[in-house]
Amino acid sequence: MEKNLALVLVLAPFLGFLFNVFFGKKAGKNIVGIIGTLSVAVSFAVSLYFFLQINETKKPIIIDLFDWFSLQSFKINFGFLLDQLSLLWLLFVTGIGALIHLYSISYMHDDENMHKFFAYLNLFIFFMITLVIGSNLLVMFIGWEGVGLCSYLLIGFWHKNQDYNDAAKKAFIMNRIGDLGFLIGIFTIGFLFSTIDFVDLKEVVLGGTNSGNTLWIGIAALALFIGASGKSAQIPLYTWLPDAMAGPTPVSALIHAATMVTAGIFMITRMNFLFEMAPLIQNIIAIVGAVTALVAATIGLVQNDIKKVLAYSTVSQLGLMFLALGLGAYEVAVFHVITHAFFKACLFLGSGSVIHALHGEQDMRKMGGLKNVMKITFVTFLIASLAISGIPPFSGFFSKDEILMIAFENNITLWIIASLASIMTAFYMFRLLYLTFFKEFRGTEEQKHHLHESPSLITFPLIVLAILAAIGGLISLPGNSWLHEYLAPVLPAVINEEHAFGTTEYMLMTIAVIGGLIGIGIAFAKYIKQNQVPKEDAQIVGFSKILYNKYYVDEFYELIIVKPINVLSNFFRDTIETALSAVVFGFGKAAEAVGTKGKILQNGSIGFYLFAFVLGVCAILTCLFLAK
Amino acid sequence: MNNILNQIGIENYIFLSVILFCIGVFGVLYRRNAIIVFMSIEIMLNAVNLLFVAFSTYHQDAQGQVFVFFSMAVAAAEVAVGLAILVSIFKNLGSIDINNLKNLKG
Repeated sequence: MEKNLALVLVLAPFLGFLFNVFFGKKAGKNIVGIIGTLSVAVSFAVSLYFFLQINETKKPIIIDLFDWFSLQSFKINFGFLLDQLSLLWLLFVTGIGALIHLYSISYMHDDENMHKFFAYLNLFIFFMITLVIGSNLLVMFIGWEGVGLCSYLLIGFWHKNQDYNDAAKKAFIMNRIGDLGFLIGIFTIGFLFSTIDFVDLKEVVLGGTNSGNTLWIGIAALALFIGASGKSAQIPLYTWLPDAMAGPTPVSALIHAATMVTAGIFMITRMNFLFEMAPLIQNIIAIVGAVTALVAATIGLVQNDIKKVLAYSTVSQLGLMFLALGLGAYEVAVFHVITHAFFKACLFLGSGSVIHALHGEQDMRKMGGLKNVMKITFVTFLIASLAISGIPPFSGFFSKDEILMIAFENNITLWIIASLASIMTAFYMFRLLYLTFFKEFRGTEEQKHHLHESPSLITFPLIVLAILAAIGGLISLPGNSWLHEYLAPVLPAVINEEHAFGTTEYMLMTIAVIGGLIGIGIAFAKYIKQNQVPKEDAQIVGFSKILYNKYYVDEFYELIIVKPINVLSNFFRDTIETALSAVVFGFGKAAEAVGTKGKILQNGSIGFYLFAFVLGVCAILTCLFLAK
Repeated sequence: MNNILNQIGIENYIFLSVILFCIGVFGVLYRRNAIIVFMSIEIMLNAVNLLFVAFSTYHQDAQGQVFVFFSMAVAAAEVAVGLAILVSIFKNLGSIDINNLKNLKG
């Protein structure tokens, strides 16, 4: 029963994918949308069933499908592990996934390749589910690679634009670098513990047979972290995520904000017992997370493309999650993943609604004044912005506050960095909100004429997500955390249990809220009071120019990685390959030259032939006699 | 049999067959008439046959003589074929001068 249900859970989106690939074009756009959405909704229903069951029994469900392969004593099963962690992930992957499918029905309705779009989306959900419920690292890796592929396909969905194709390739290649780290991590773990199954691994690692081997455990943890930083867009592999905004907006919402980019966090949480044994790597994770949060937030301050702002905000929020992971607060990271999924999906879908209304315009300098026309979009966007800025009582407040608190307890510098990032987050989110929805409309007359609220298929997911973004914090209230108890079986025991909620915590909360309000206040002063509009690209000078150009990181990578590789490739092509082919062609040329000369001997004169024949026989005989 | 070899000596047979063979070789190299060339080849062949028979007697071994029978039978067949070719060439070209047979030039 459980086995069959789990198969339904995994295969429903896959069947949706097959249908949309093979019959999508004939079936028509409505059918495609319904099938695509339903297949994900089925998965959501099954996840919900499992979730309720496990919430009751508190026992993980392990499903072994078949023996995949074995090398001597090293056996790998193909199986699923449905425990508290994976079910939590499944719930929001399939739940938000279903909402975004619904949204896409309307959003992509005018696209000629809508069936392809839904096919890719379904395939993505299929791989994401595989990633989440795999019972060992290799099954997870299948999903890991699969979501990378779908991300590539969807970023480059409008493949007639070469820039979009380049963005897709960039995402894919950046991810490959991370994937290599992940693979090395899997191999190292297999070598160390001779198993890669999560349940066995946890036993072996906690059993401590190999705990003396800190160096190798550190290498494994570092390799896994590199994998995670590729997928979850951390320094130094984060540059692909902002470019990934080339894809259609539902894709940005689903893959590049809510689900796929949290795969790295999922993986590290899954392997928490390993990271606990490598404190040095944990420190690295925390520092990388904090720095990423700050750097991405500063870049986000000056971007003018509505989706780019959200993209950098995603990178920044992911950085905060990694900060929490590095400090050993897995539950807090998971909490922030969930609340972030709600409000970031809402923000992206809201921006999609705006872009839809403006017929593809993404530059905030050409927006403005939309709040009167697009009431639902505005309200949902406002709620999500308040949530991401950490204003109580919205969900982001609780999760971000917990991260800041953990940071404060561990290291004051990390706390300052994270707080700065939060203030900036509040600023750029409200900058976005003010520029988009307030004041006068700055686009063309024709656009103004066509402004409209989006259809209900678009606004419905927005409303649901806004509600979730508003109340999502309830799952982990300070002092009385449902999430904490729910996740306790899969996470390491916290040594000093939740200490009493004292004045320090209240002070920190107040500081965080004031910080958020300051950010909002600056944005209000700048864009509402002084009525500023960001300058044209050419007029940007000074530090903001550096920020606007993203610290020139892309150019830097271009210079130190892409250029040398190109030079090397050119060298191999022009020099080495030329030399090698010269040798190969040389043999051919030599044979031809000998042939041309030798042709003269074949002059057709029988007398000459006979003479040569006799001469030859004489030569052979002489040789034979001399050899004797 | 020994008497014959005793009277003349094996080396004389060798000289004779070498001379015959060389005559054949030079005939092949210097004559232009295809029939003469053909005859020269036969002389070479028979020089070798003679040597075979002489050594056969010298070693008191009949194998050499048996081999010569084979070689003569093959030679007869070869002559038949060769002459047929020559006739055909003559019909086509009106001459059997081997200098004219240059159609196979590469």
